[in-house]
Amino acid sequence: MSEPQITLYRLQACPFCERVVRTLNELDLEYRSRYVEPMHSERNVVKRVSGARSVPAIVDRETGVTMSESANIVEYLEGTYGEGGA
Amino acid sequence: MVDFDVVSLPETDHVDEGDTAPDFTRPLVNGEYWEDRALADVVDGPTLLLFHPMDGAFQGTYLYNTVDDHGWSDDVDVLGVSISTPYAHKRLLAERGDGVRIFSDPGADVIEEYGLAHEIDGMTGITESRPAVFLLDADRTVEHAWVASEHPEFPDSEAIGDAVADLVD
Repeated sequence: MSEPQITLYRLQACPFCERVVRTLNELDLEYRSRYVEPMHSERNVVKRVSGARSVPAIVDRETGVTMSESANIVEYLEGTYGEGGA
Repeated sequence: MVDFDVVSLPETDHVDEGDTAPDFTRPLVNGEYWEDRALADVVDGPTLLLFHPMDGAFQGTYLYNTVDDHGWSDDVDVLGVSISTPYAHKRLLAERGDGVRIFSDPGADVIEEYGLAHEIDGMTGITESRPAVFLLDADRTVEHAWVASEHPEFPDSEAIGDAVADLVD
């Protein structure tokens, strides 16, 4: 089984995370979900990969991009993988 | 002889030595996050696969204390399975089970497939796992198996330690 190139750090039932998931699905992108805990202090793994403890955050090994904030992520995904994207 | 009553559990057709441990995908929890993982993708060397009753029951606590005391996670990959949620596994791993990862199987389907289901008295609707230990090699062949046949019953840490030593040798 090949590993998806995109890893999504998410929180269960977080609307901003669901927004990113919707975009990933619309673009038919494979991704793996890594769930973290609601408590900020419990999110060291997210801080390590993205520099901040906020979710959603994605790591895209295809492009080497790591990003937080759902609006930024959606814009990045659409710009990179959407129609007319680079 | 013990001087209290132990209950014999019914015979079960469980996964046994020489079998290939059945593959499954479930959320796998480490100290920081969880994600769906397939057993076949996780096992890449000698692996101790430990089924135990739900997190919080003293059997699990005792089991992971034993894992830590023997330092087995230094020698082999140690994977647990219980019906508890990922949140409960994270709390358990914050206290003990250094280097251990635990699958979450709340529906007990994996536990059923391995032949370990235990309907626990007084907890209606919950299917539990019997305590069980499987030592796997890199291609998931079961090299050592132990499944509880009484309730309560604890795995023999000496036997596990010997099996680990044999496999890693």
